[in-house]
Amino acid sequence: MVESNAKSETGRQPVPVGVLGQFDHPDALKRAAAALRDAGFRNWDVHSPYPIHGVERAMGMRPSRLPWLVLLAGLTGIGLALALQIWTNAIDYPINISGKPLFSIPAFVPITFELMVLLAAFAAFGGALVLNLLPQFGHPVFCSRRFVDSGRTGFFISIEAVDPKFDADQLPALLSSLGATHTEVLFDLPGRESYPGWLKIGLLSVCIVAAVPPLLVAAYRAAPKSEPRIHIIQDMDFQEKYKAQTVSPLFADGRSARPDVEGVVALGMAEEDEHLYRGFLDGKPAEAFPMPVTMPMMQTGRELFNVYCSPCHGRVGEGGVTGIISARAVKRQEGTWTMPLSLHADSVVDQPVGQLFETITAGRRTMPSYSAQISAADRWAIVAYIRALQRSRHATIDDVPEEIRSNLK
Amino acid sequence: MSVVSAAYEHEHLSDDPRHRAPLTTPGLTASQVDDIVARTPELPRAPAAWYAAFTVSAAVAAMFFALIGYLIVTGIGVWGNNHPVYWAFDITNFVFWIGIGHAGTLISAILFLFRQKWRTSINRFAEAMTIFAVICALIFPGIHMGRIWLAYWMAPYPNQMAMWPQFRSPLMWDVFAVSTYFTVSLLFWYLGLIPDLAVLRDRATGWWRKRLYGLFALGWRGSARQWHVYERAYLFLAALGTPLVLSVHSVVSTDFSVAQLPGWHTTIFPPYFVAGAIFSGFGMVVTLMVPARQFFGLKDLITVRHLDNMNKVILGTSCMVGYAYGLEFFTAWYSGNAYEQFVFINRATGPYAWAYWTMVLCNVVLPQLFWFRWARTTPWLMWLVAIGVNIGMWFERFVIIVTSLSRDYLPSSWQMFVPTWVDLGMLVGSFGLFFTCFLLFCRYLPMVAMAEVKQILPGAHGSEKH
Ligand code: HEC
Repeated sequence: MVESNAKSETGRQPVPVGVLGQFDHPDALKRAAAALRDAGFRNWDVHSPYPIHGVERAMGMRPSRLPWLVLLAGLTGIGLALALQIWTNAIDYPINISGKPLFSIPAFVPITFELMVLLAAFAAFGGALVLNLLPQFGHPVFCSRRFVDSGRTGFFISIEAVDPKFDADQLPALLSSLGATHTEVLFDLPGRESYPGWLKIGLLSVCIVAAVPPLLVAAYRAAPKSEPRIHIIQDMDFQEKYKAQTVSPLFADGRSARPDVEGVVALGMAEEDEHLYRGFLDGKPAEAFPMPVTMPMMQTGRELFNVYCSPCHGRVGEGGVTGIISARAVKRQEGTWTMPLSLHADSVVDQPVGQLFETITAGRRTMPSYSAQISAADRWAIVAYIRALQRSRHATIDDVPEEIRSNLK
Repeated sequence: MSVVSAAYEHEHLSDDPRHRAPLTTPGLTASQVDDIVARTPELPRAPAAWYAAFTVSAAVAAMFFALIGYLIVTGIGVWGNNHPVYWAFDITNFVFWIGIGHAGTLISAILFLFRQKWRTSINRFAEAMTIFAVICALIFPGIHMGRIWLAYWMAPYPNQMAMWPQFRSPLMWDVFAVSTYFTVSLLFWYLGLIPDLAVLRDRATGWWRKRLYGLFALGWRGSARQWHVYERAYLFLAALGTPLVLSVHSVVSTDFSVAQLPGWHTTIFPPYFVAGAIFSGFGMVVTLMVPARQFFGLKDLITVRHLDNMNKVILGTSCMVGYAYGLEFFTAWYSGNAYEQFVFINRATGPYAWAYWTMVLCNVVLPQLFWFRWARTTPWLMWLVAIGVNIGMWFERFVIIVTSLSRDYLPSSWQMFVPTWVDLGMLVGSFGLFFTCFLLFCRYLPMVAMAEVKQILPGAHGSEKH
């Protein structure tokens, strides 16, 4: 980029690419700039180690377009962020959080703000590079040893050869007359490019090397394979444990599933009374309770029914939306919700107590089992209470004790 | 390497309203500024002390990365985090480092908008600190996810799970705020560096130096047309950086304040966190600046007046932070909420009281020394206070996070947090990474924004006033 480069080995002749004048004071620089502006030059510039106030005016520069770029980018950021958040969280995948509004603009403000700043900053930075035509590694001024050596402390004016009024013979004198303390004509080889060769080769080889791994991966993915593919991150997909019915070299019989240790009674194995624990007698649902029905049992039954069953079936067992869980599911329009049955439906009223017991113990269709939460005796208590509830809906006058029948008439 | 003698130091501190105090040592010329700043990057061999410091920091940073590898391979269980304290050192370190960054942006953006010209000598330095601190900060939320190879799930991209991130969550806001903050800080820093890299390019003698500085200087030639756009862009980045820096720590604070936990669920968090961030950041700037200006011969550019100004900011923000500590107690009492009251009484008297009182001592009591001018202008003393501020601000985050989590609504789930050696190693390790980056910066890049300092030298703009 310096004079030595201008000496051609291939025999090409250096040509003038510009003139340069040095000034020793900012005021002289500004005066000269104003004179060149008035003389109508186009491809010329002022060089200083820092921005000098007042030079733009002296040069007659027009305001830069950067503010519009930044404004546009900022507005794009706002629009993009709002569109992204509203589309994803309110339309495509609406997440209902305790009934809060889906179009919750206040909650979208932070990200909208951040994206506005981000895009505007990209525009400010990118705009500064693009409008300044950076990176631009070669320029006529770099052909001057003097510019390179003192460019960071001195003040210069350069006029490029592309300017229509350029004249390598006259301009140095003009600059001197405007107060330049030193002038020179800048020579360079014709057709030398502004990007040095080493940079191009360097960038190209970086790109090529960087493309190799993704290409290899892509090739591997596309190729058909008979074995399972490489599983780079295994998460917990493969666990060092035995699953049911697998082989284990650890035991003599080679089986991973072990028989019960002799003499052990596992949970639930001691529950041998079919009637008490299953609600069955001779293979059929029992018609009678396995214990006498007492008042304390009824009270326990009511308490536990209210705790475990009423959220779905309602306090009096009507089912439908009388239970709060059911009401909420309907309000939220849960598509998969199955309505709890009314316990007063004929199909339920007609069931023997053993079958009701079996429903609580094992669950029925979509209703889950409650045997883990509620002990067998308590399940019978609930059954007794359900019978009382049913009775209350299907009572006749004969059920009322004789002595108070007259009160009802 | 002082160009002009220290006899001028008294002048920097003059409060005579008829004269604007000089921003650098008087009599400095533009080429002297270049000489002072370019001296360290141009040394053929770094001083032995630099090598020693670099070796130690790089070793500690290597340990940090080894521990990160251990964590990724083994799982989060290597930390002391456990029910109910699921956030402990990881998030404490994150908030600590991100807070440190704020001083850099404050100096470079907010003081720029307020035309505080004294910032020119220290902004490059502080911005570099911001970037390295944010790098340290970003690591912690990254690794605390456990399965960090799924980190891309935070990005909103169409996927086969047909799911989107929850944009109403402060944790998502955090992802956007912190990554925007890092990007914008980096752009701002690099934009400011371009003219100075061009200076180093033009002064460089070696082949590699010339090419590398030349590559990053992008062919900058200091033309008035370039400066014109450049100044605009710089102004815009400052104007964008100012609300950004205020938003970042506010968003970080909502990570806590949107949660229902007593001690977290409070509206004063955003301003309180921002003040604390600036406070801690200035503490770190002073911690680094005092030895650096001594060691790298920058006393003519970074004068005692600069230190004095920064210490005033520390004092001011210390008082704000102290006010916030007091106000938290008032709010808890005034709320009439037993849980809220318990949390604060527990902070001051409970099992972590030692951490609470370390925080109060370092953040509120110690900086009060800066009411005295001799404290604000005595380098070794301010260095000690600034280190105290760093410690205190780390403890502030620890106190907020750990005391609240370890004593929440249900006494049956109360549990103490005890750090493991990995927790401690990572805390120390993050400092290693920070100092490694910082030492590289000091060695190879201009520590002071030369172009900006030259602008404020007397007569820089001819007869026009700047
Ligand atoms: C989670 C909600 C839910 C709870 C809690 C619940 N049920 Fe149900 N129950 C259902 C639903 C739903 C059905 C209807 C199932 C179907 O048709 O798929 C049902 C059906 C029934 C039936 C009729 C079964 C049949 O034979 O058709 C009985 C009896 C019954 N529940 C009793 C109980 C009792 C007793 C309890 C308390 C221990 C209880 N349920 C708790 C949801 C619930």
